[in-house]
Amino acid sequence: MSILEVKNVGKRFGGLQALSDVNLSVKENSVHAIIGPNGAGKSTLLNCLVGKLIPDTGSVMFDGQSVLGRAPYEINQMGISRVFQTPEIFGDLTVLENMMIPCLAKRDGAFELNAIASVMGQRDIIDKAEHMLVEMNMADKRHMHAASLSRGDKRRLEIGMCLSQEPRLLLLDEPTAGMARADTNNTIDLLKQISDQRDITIAIIEHDMHVVFSLANRITVLAQGTPLVEDNPENIRGNPKVREAYLGETA
Amino acid sequence: MFGLDKRDTTLLLIVACLAIFAPFILNPFPTDSGLAQFNAGYPDLMQRFVIFGIFAIGFNILFGLTGYLSFGHAAFLGVGSYSAVWMFKLLSMNVLPAIILSVIIAGLFALVIGYVSLRRSGIYFSILTLAFAQMSFSLAYSVLTPITNGETGLQLTLDDPRVLGQTSTADGSIPVTNFFGLEMRGTYEMAVGPWAFQFNMGYYLCALVLIAAFYLSIRIFRSPFGMMLRAVKSNQQRMNYTGLNSKPYTLAAFVISGMYAGLAGGLMASMDPLAGAERMQWTASGEVVLMTILGGAGTLIGPVLGAGFIKYFENIFSKINSNVLHSWFSFLPDGLEDFIVFIIYPFIGKGWHLTLGILFMLVVIYLPGGLVEGGQRIGNWIRGRKKSDARQNETHPAE
Repeated sequence: MSILEVKNVGKRFGGLQALSDVNLSVKENSVHAIIGPNGAGKSTLLNCLVGKLIPDTGSVMFDGQSVLGRAPYEINQMGISRVFQTPEIFGDLTVLENMMIPCLAKRDGAFELNAIASVMGQRDIIDKAEHMLVEMNMADKRHMHAASLSRGDKRRLEIGMCLSQEPRLLLLDEPTAGMARADTNNTIDLLKQISDQRDITIAIIEHDMHVVFSLANRITVLAQGTPLVEDNPENIRGNPKVREAYLGETA
Repeated sequence: MFGLDKRDTTLLLIVACLAIFAPFILNPFPTDSGLAQFNAGYPDLMQRFVIFGIFAIGFNILFGLTGYLSFGHAAFLGVGSYSAVWMFKLLSMNVLPAIILSVIIAGLFALVIGYVSLRRSGIYFSILTLAFAQMSFSLAYSVLTPITNGETGLQLTLDDPRVLGQTSTADGSIPVTNFFGLEMRGTYEMAVGPWAFQFNMGYYLCALVLIAAFYLSIRIFRSPFGMMLRAVKSNQQRMNYTGLNSKPYTLAAFVISGMYAGLAGGLMASMDPLAGAERMQWTASGEVVLMTILGGAGTLIGPVLGAGFIKYFENIFSKINSNVLHSWFSFLPDGLEDFIVFIIYPFIGKGWHLTLGILFMLVVIYLPGGLVEGGQRIGNWIRGRKKSDARQNETHPAE
């Protein structure tokens, strides 16, 4: 049963055909990696899924509903959470407040004029946020300003914020870009744990083959805006077309 | 207390005490002493302190929390004033309906301007609000003369209907503004030795409204809504990808701060029932920005301090003239006296803007958190000294 269906999606920026005829189907509870060389259209595709871009042609269905033409916050409320390449968190707020905001968004929806009640009175929200911080191993940092966290902790916090919304699909855009080896391995372990313990589908865009082959059970290779091949990791590893796309013919 | 934690309750009590005891606090010098000109405890000025405090508290809900810098908030103040004066002309001289109408009309006005201006952020938002405010000013000044009475300003006349009140008093003059019979201009003077303290009805009405407005702003700051507004300032991208629509949040903040400005405008007209277009000019909008930044944007008490500070300067510093300066420095030899007066003169009297400008620059450069940050630094310094004193005392017994 596939949770995300991308059909014949095309996107053109002026003279550049960034995506053409992209078909992609992400199975429920799988870890699906989308890989490809620079300029293959990975980020454009991701932006089409979350409502940042609207494709020129084709359709994107999430759980039987079209996401096209919806604003990012509406798509998020449908159950798609996104983790950015550079962690996007609320730097001026404390770690605990960062975690409370998605919990409030889950409880109260896209807008709620809750201007008289006290934040400290929202016991259910605080408990949920604290619980998630414990799960992310960050409980001791709850009163720190999020901007002062280390890069790895910011990434953990962002993933935790996404998970506290209980999304059905978690999209990750190069989650380990620019990370040291140790942080990369921590992130891999965290994502493995998430996919094992939760009823969640993960779609990941990644450059680092080590991350891809440690996590994914399905891989789509994009090249020049169109899917080259979709298969399981073992077959992708040995596929000559993939090698060619990545390394060039002479390699 | 009142659903606030201990720190916020203390802050509320401090503001309440300052407001209630202002006639004493602002009148520290005996009336016949040379320093009496630094007394600010007369009704007219105290009212202005409090009204601009309310204006700045409201502005801070928008600017301090969401970071959207509006350069057109004076428009809402002006709209509030006009609404209140119309209420005095048509309904009665009771200030309550006038103030309520000011808040409602300013809120509606803010809804329209906010809806359009909030399509952009950053400098473009500021420019849009500035443009709207200047348009409102021009409309009030010329085009809408039937409603605003143009450059003369809207005033009460002897043939206003005042359906629930009286058109004119028994002795043929215009009735005065009141709160269910309590006249706003009513002042009780208390002489204690050489001091004279004035307790004005209008001031105390404004002070009570200020305390209520301050309390409401604490509640907003500490609410989930306030947290969302801080999230808007911090990272709108993350907000949108967390299932939150930032537009209605910023619009709600804009309307709330517009209503605060309308409240201030309504109070202003209640104290002195006339309204002029100059209240909507961009300099008036800039003033509230200065107040908020000077006091400390995003802090609770900062805007109140900033408003008091600037209004004190405007009214007290501007009254020092060269004669006063000469009398201060008369103990010096003639040449030196003239020289010192020559140096100081540009910074006082009509030059008070220069002093304010320098102070503003110093605060922005050295205390980006405003006067509140200055207070915190002094507090930390004292606490630090106490600690080091304690440490020294600990080492003493060992000797």
